[in-house]
Amino acid sequence: MKPLPPSREFDTSGAPHFSPDVTVQRVMRDVLLALTPGIAACAWYFGPGVLVQIILAILFALGFEALMLRARGQPLRLYLPDLSAVVTAILFALCLPPLAPWWIALTGMLFAIVIAKHLFGGLGHNVFNPAMVGYVVCLVSFPREMTAWLPPVSLADASIGIGETLRAIFTGAAPGGLGWDAVTQATPLDTLKTGVDHGQTVSEIRSAPIFGDFGGLGWEWIANWFALGGLWLMWRRVISWHVPVATLGSVIALGLVAYVVDPGSSPSPLQHVFSGALVLGAFFIATDPVTGCTSTIGRLWFGAGVGVITLAIRRWGGYPDGVAFAVLIMNMAAPLIDRFTRPRVYGEQVGRND
Amino acid sequence: MQRQAEAVERARLAGERIHHFHGGLRLRHNKKISCEVPLERVPLPARLFVPLLQHAGSDLANALVQPGQAVLKGEPIGAYEFPDRGFVHAPTSGTIVAIENGPIAHPGGQAGMRVVIEPDGLERWTTLSPCPNWPGADPQDLLETMRRAGLVGLGGAVFPTSTKVQGAGAAGVHTLILNGAECEPYISCDEMLMREQAGKVIAGARILRRAVGAERAIIAIEDQMGVVEQVLKKALAASDAEHVEVVRVTTIYPEGGERQLIQVLTGLEVPSGGLPQDLGLLVQNVGTAAAAADAVIEGKPLIERVVTVSGNGVKRPRNLVALFGTPISALIEQCGGYEDDVQRLVLGGPMMGYALPTDAAPVIKAANCILALTAKDIQAPQPEMPCIRCGECARVCPAVLLPQTLHWQASNGQWDDARDSGLMDCIECGCCDFVCPSHIPLLDWFRHGKGMVRKRAAEQAAADLARQRFEAREERLARIKQDRKDRIAAKKRQMSESSESKKKVAEALERARKAREARSGGDDKQ
Repeated sequence: MKPLPPSREFDTSGAPHFSPDVTVQRVMRDVLLALTPGIAACAWYFGPGVLVQIILAILFALGFEALMLRARGQPLRLYLPDLSAVVTAILFALCLPPLAPWWIALTGMLFAIVIAKHLFGGLGHNVFNPAMVGYVVCLVSFPREMTAWLPPVSLADASIGIGETLRAIFTGAAPGGLGWDAVTQATPLDTLKTGVDHGQTVSEIRSAPIFGDFGGLGWEWIANWFALGGLWLMWRRVISWHVPVATLGSVIALGLVAYVVDPGSSPSPLQHVFSGALVLGAFFIATDPVTGCTSTIGRLWFGAGVGVITLAIRRWGGYPDGVAFAVLIMNMAAPLIDRFTRPRVYGEQVGRND
Repeated sequence: MQRQAEAVERARLAGERIHHFHGGLRLRHNKKISCEVPLERVPLPARLFVPLLQHAGSDLANALVQPGQAVLKGEPIGAYEFPDRGFVHAPTSGTIVAIENGPIAHPGGQAGMRVVIEPDGLERWTTLSPCPNWPGADPQDLLETMRRAGLVGLGGAVFPTSTKVQGAGAAGVHTLILNGAECEPYISCDEMLMREQAGKVIAGARILRRAVGAERAIIAIEDQMGVVEQVLKKALAASDAEHVEVVRVTTIYPEGGERQLIQVLTGLEVPSGGLPQDLGLLVQNVGTAAAAADAVIEGKPLIERVVTVSGNGVKRPRNLVALFGTPISALIEQCGGYEDDVQRLVLGGPMMGYALPTDAAPVIKAANCILALTAKDIQAPQPEMPCIRCGECARVCPAVLLPQTLHWQASNGQWDDARDSGLMDCIECGCCDFVCPSHIPLLDWFRHGKGMVRKRAAEQAAADLARQRFEAREERLARIKQDRKDRIAAKKRQMSESSESKKKVAEALERARKAREARSGGDDKQ
């Protein structure tokens, strides 16, 4: 018989006893990485203003985030590096005209971080997509500043350097000593909407130089780069395919019907997809898990809703693009959709007849 | 009923095709490290500590022995109040030294009563009573033999085998499924058992099949188990067993779960709140089958089991045959001791097992695996963040629940809502917890929540019973009162009806009055 070995004590903890290295911060970091090609494309086509807006928004977002965390008595060290505010800031900044004045970013981030996020309970508790709240508040309150888009660099009369960009953003002086009207130009979607409202056919409108092969010149390539990042996120399993496929699918399907029925005033489905914020929205904004649906079927409904509402606003609404409004409206519907699309639990009987 | 009959018919095709279940995880198996050397027996330790509580519940066995008493190997030393649970047996011959409180392996982490045996080293068996001529034995005799042997499910749930088989047999079972799909990483005790004692497993399959009255038996193993399939098939060919098949299933955690394995083999779901027998199926662990063979063929009670000792925190991982009551420290010693950076000791697998506060706890019937994990394995505990509703938990949930919703309800104390959202269908596999980027302890929440729902249901039942009793009592009192009233009224009526009796009463009253006056007058004079 063997004598008993001495016993040894251990610390205990709940199961499971190991887990992969996933964190909220890593999820957000992946989103940021996936945005990079699209951001680079934006900067390529619309100049350094894009990057300045992003930096400004990030600084304001982190400032407000720290302020609100302090005010709510939350640990800064845990929440500030989670990168969620940075993602919000970048998504917001990507929607801004590159030369928008600095206080747009300030106002947007105030509404996004302070009101839409923290006053609703902080990370994970917000009902509305913070970036879209910030964007819509600015769009509705400051329509002139928010629609002063530049033409793509290749169409501009003169390229705008970093110095002029900064001056324009911080002092409001139009670059090159010209008036703002000389520098800015309507976006392709804007052009399309005004044209159709004035009775022009889509093919006539599309002959303008700001249009590219499918969508707007430059815009279509930006959309491609965002799509690439989105596909990478899917491959990384950070987002599921449901929302992007449902969003783009519903736009293409409905757009195709409209295009076949009324080609004069309806742009092609590809034109819809490759202009404005649709691709960015489908992969990066409507996929925000906090404000979206959680069940897979719910996510299909959510994405389809975003697509349909976007098309409706583009066609009949007062704004040339409608992604932001569509996302916010669907945010409101998400809890209801989740309620009605709860998956059938294993073993749960449906309509049992015994 | 028609639908159920249809399902039972479809379940007959179990194993013909491999189906899928929702979610699950492909985890690194980490099983090879403990399968490199053959099964070894742990040398008889100087003391055995046999707990009277060997399962997750709380009903303790009553000790049948006194300190100082000599026992033989296989003699009952504890009996449960609930007779189906059977007995706890002496794992070896020797002397009872004490019946005392001490460390045991239990999810609650508390101490428990243990019968301490000092072995005499002679391993003298008590009189064994096998089931004679078992291939033709009466199922009831087989069940009784298993009950006396203290046979319980060795897959982890340790539910009494005879009870489970009897219930299933009464409901009608056509197919017995032997679960050899131990899907949790590191655990390889069933794999080693099938490799080394295939004949015993097959004999057990035949015994259990006969006991439940099934037509066929399927031994389900995992596709990563290598030689096990050939070994089993060879043993099958060598035996005269008929209608026993071996089916390989893809290794996805938690497919060893009873309900998931049934879904993989049949494509059918066990109804919520129902049992596998609703589909004409019975699932038993392969280790249980081997123990059934020991009990029925040799008459040996359940006193030992195969235990995997593994993990990076132990020097030489392997599978051991250990007597119940052997301190875990003795198993670790047999495996070369701990590595320097060992950090946590787990009973069970890394997904569902529970951490032990000390290795003084002895081996019990539920102990399929002892896992020694290092700091590197378990990582630094991550701070809990708010749920970002990413939905990963729902994607991996094999019960198709929405864990984030359940967590929301549980953390707000909405137990009824959580129950309605399917909390009780949670199989506690830990997949949701594993993938959560916010590191929310979902498994802890759901284990706690299921306990809460059960407790509330019990309280509700008790309250209902008390209310029923109270109402019955009130009713009874009211009835008695009413009866008395009726009787008095009837009497009054009866009396008033006869004038003669009235007169008699008046006379009697008059007499009484006079007598009273006379008495009181006399009293006054005094």
